[in-house]
Amino acid sequence: MIGTGSAPSPFGQLSGPTVRKVKDPFHGDLLEVSMGPQHPSTHGVFRMDVTLDGEVIVKLKPVFGYLHRNHEKIAENTSYLGSMPYTDRLDYLSSMSTNWAYALAVEKLAGLTVPDRAQYLRIILAELTRLVNHVCLVGFLFNDLGTSFTPLLYAFREREKIIDLFEALSGSRMMCNYQRFGGCRVDPTPEWLAAASRLVDNFPSFLDEYESMLTGNEIMLARTQGVGRLDPKHAINAGITGPVLRASGVNYDLRKVDGYGFYPRFDFRIPLGDHGDTYDRYMMRILEMRESVKILQQAFRELPAGPIMDPKAKLRGFRPKPGEAYGRLESPKGELGFYLLSDGSPNPYRYRVRPPSLINLTLLEEMCLGHTVADAVVILGSIDIVLGEVDR
Amino acid sequence: MESLEQIRDRLLARFPGASITLVTNPGPAAEHSLLLSAEHARKIAMFLRDDAALQLDYCSNATGIDWPDKEVVETKKVAVPDPAGGPDKVVEEKTTRLEPGYLESVYHLYSMALRHGPVVIRMRTVNRSNRVTLPSLTPVWRSCDFQEREIYDLYGIVFDGHPDLRRLLMWDEFKDHPMRKDYVEPDDFEWEPTPHGAVLDRAKTHYPAPEVKP
Amino acid sequence: MSTADNTRAPDPFPAAGNISDDEREELRRHGILMTSLEELYNWGRSNSIWPIQFGLACCAIEMIAAATARFDIARFGAEIFRPSPRQADLMIVSGTVTKKMAPQVVRLWNQMPEPKYCIAMGACAISGGPFKQGYNVLKGIDRFLPVDIYIPGCPPRPEALLNGLMQLQKKIRGEHLTGPDAARHTRADVPGEFPVPTFGEHDLEPTRNPEVWTPPAPITRSGKG
Repeated sequence: MIGTGSAPSPFGQLSGPTVRKVKDPFHGDLLEVSMGPQHPSTHGVFRMDVTLDGEVIVKLKPVFGYLHRNHEKIAENTSYLGSMPYTDRLDYLSSMSTNWAYALAVEKLAGLTVPDRAQYLRIILAELTRLVNHVCLVGFLFNDLGTSFTPLLYAFREREKIIDLFEALSGSRMMCNYQRFGGCRVDPTPEWLAAASRLVDNFPSFLDEYESMLTGNEIMLARTQGVGRLDPKHAINAGITGPVLRASGVNYDLRKVDGYGFYPRFDFRIPLGDHGDTYDRYMMRILEMRESVKILQQAFRELPAGPIMDPKAKLRGFRPKPGEAYGRLESPKGELGFYLLSDGSPNPYRYRVRPPSLINLTLLEEMCLGHTVADAVVILGSIDIVLGEVDR
Repeated sequence: MESLEQIRDRLLARFPGASITLVTNPGPAAEHSLLLSAEHARKIAMFLRDDAALQLDYCSNATGIDWPDKEVVETKKVAVPDPAGGPDKVVEEKTTRLEPGYLESVYHLYSMALRHGPVVIRMRTVNRSNRVTLPSLTPVWRSCDFQEREIYDLYGIVFDGHPDLRRLLMWDEFKDHPMRKDYVEPDDFEWEPTPHGAVLDRAKTHYPAPEVKP
Repeated sequence: MSTADNTRAPDPFPAAGNISDDEREELRRHGILMTSLEELYNWGRSNSIWPIQFGLACCAIEMIAAATARFDIARFGAEIFRPSPRQADLMIVSGTVTKKMAPQVVRLWNQMPEPKYCIAMGACAISGGPFKQGYNVLKGIDRFLPVDIYIPGCPPRPEALLNGLMQLQKKIRGEHLTGPDAARHTRADVPGEFPVPTFGEHDLEPTRNPEVWTPPAPITRSGKG
């Protein structure tokens, strides 16, 4: 490997595809390319400083910060509730999950409970968000594979249906701002629930249609199988979570491990991959969507009546006791955590987001080494990053 | 998982010279933490990762906290003898003492193999100057790589032994550490229709305060 | 120009200017289409605006949504998102411009060929929006670039983007090729490129382009009642 300044792995050198070690005189010089921050397939303002030997990557340095919007500093200067709208803008494809993660951390910090109906509503909305996120991810991944826009059109057709539901419920298409500490903001009407249930029942047929076009596609198989392998030992050490980790065969899903919310009441399975390559990461998303549909159907069947807010929860003058809490949940991208430190004042003393998108990029260089530039784009697409969360 | 006190006792037995303190968390979350001394921290972290009963193979979250210098006012009751010969007067004497601030780094550890956690460990620097060092835990958990770079960027803790310590979010020429509590933002606010609080103070330096209708 | 305008400088294409709208409509009914070069030129430009494929933040998702089947920006001829600034006519600044990103945005703008237009999409691109208090957030891209259309919203709906695009089309159709009020890109004295700010030790240097933007005058509510 030619002068990679990356962190030495505690398990020794990674066994990736071989990279030419010695510069032989018949080859040309190495070429340094800066991909991004404006690049059609870096999913936003992400930049990779790539060193190329011909078309093969010998070094890759991610550069962050082009969307560093100082979320943490702003949150430390506003009230606890005032940060809720900002969490929408962290992971702007799945704002409901991000809301929930923040609410979960504050509830842990202040010791609030959540009524049953709100717990079910949270699961319904989080799983709908997972559908939106994964379906868009697959669309973007195929964009990166070169099937410009067509799978994305199908994906956005479904996304529009789901975010219409979000809009009917919360008033905004993307920035839902729905969860509150100790419950939810508005109660859905029976018509909303019926419409959502109908959508979920129709979703598997869309998935079948989608998969019939994509999964067996020959070019897709050739471009993804064996590309960007990630082995479980390194993945765990690098803190990689979510579908990317499970594609490598590690059974670690916080919905099962932590059992937050009412997830222990639900009957679903965790799909696991064998190879940890891009194809497995793609399949994880498809299989997770099918499991999400199961969770949603069960939630619509069992949704109880009752209040949606903890009566003890205060929206105004909310001052948790001094202390700290780390709340985390399984967002569509991985483990999304909020670390909050309260000194008894209305503002958090320390507010920290543990972004899954950022930490899942830790091993991007190792995954890309020895592959071509075109594959690096696909590998990045399969990791599923949202820059609002990477840079915060 | 064994309790944090048991872990501390085992660590003290294993590393006799190290200072390990239990920091209690008074909140309802009750996630207590272990304060490690900087010189033994990496060895202890290695032990936590590789110990068969703990196997904390996954460092989820690493972050920094800034604790600025604070003035502590201590009141002491002193008995002053009455010169007139009466009973002693009790006078309260106030002494102010400057408690030096420090920077802190906090790590949340979990075990994926045994599915337990979190174990929270923290380290503190000696002061808040610009060249304060703590040992890097990136050689132990690779997931600290970007997060320690972020702490270095935003708080200014220099991590010893980090393989690639550069600013993560701000540009390389940037000199400040913006998440510190005493950081002063560049003043580029414009006029706001309804300024209040800090925004109003800043607006006053640019424009006269808006006249409010009676 | 569709109507004769005596206040303007001598029209290089008087034939089109001397004919009234009614007469043209009458001719059109007989199958004769008459137009001026200016009108034809603006009509063609306004209906084939190629935006640069350049997403910054949340608004970029709504920009993509505007390009998909439901909202279908292709109806306005603007569906060809070009990844290269050299092929683009329109820059949709869709999202928060951070100080780290601002030099790149200006550089992209400089690389775009004239005639070029800029839409500030969303609260962040207009003024910093909810992230206005941030130390790394530029308080509006109009501090460095001339913005043609502002689209408020956080994020604006795709319909709002389409409305902004229609406003831009209207603006393009009203542009003149010659005369004192000629369009920006036809004049040699108006700059098409702007200085790129550099990274300083505490902030961007300079923090704004004084030729493009000056702080607004304070609004004092002095009136009684």
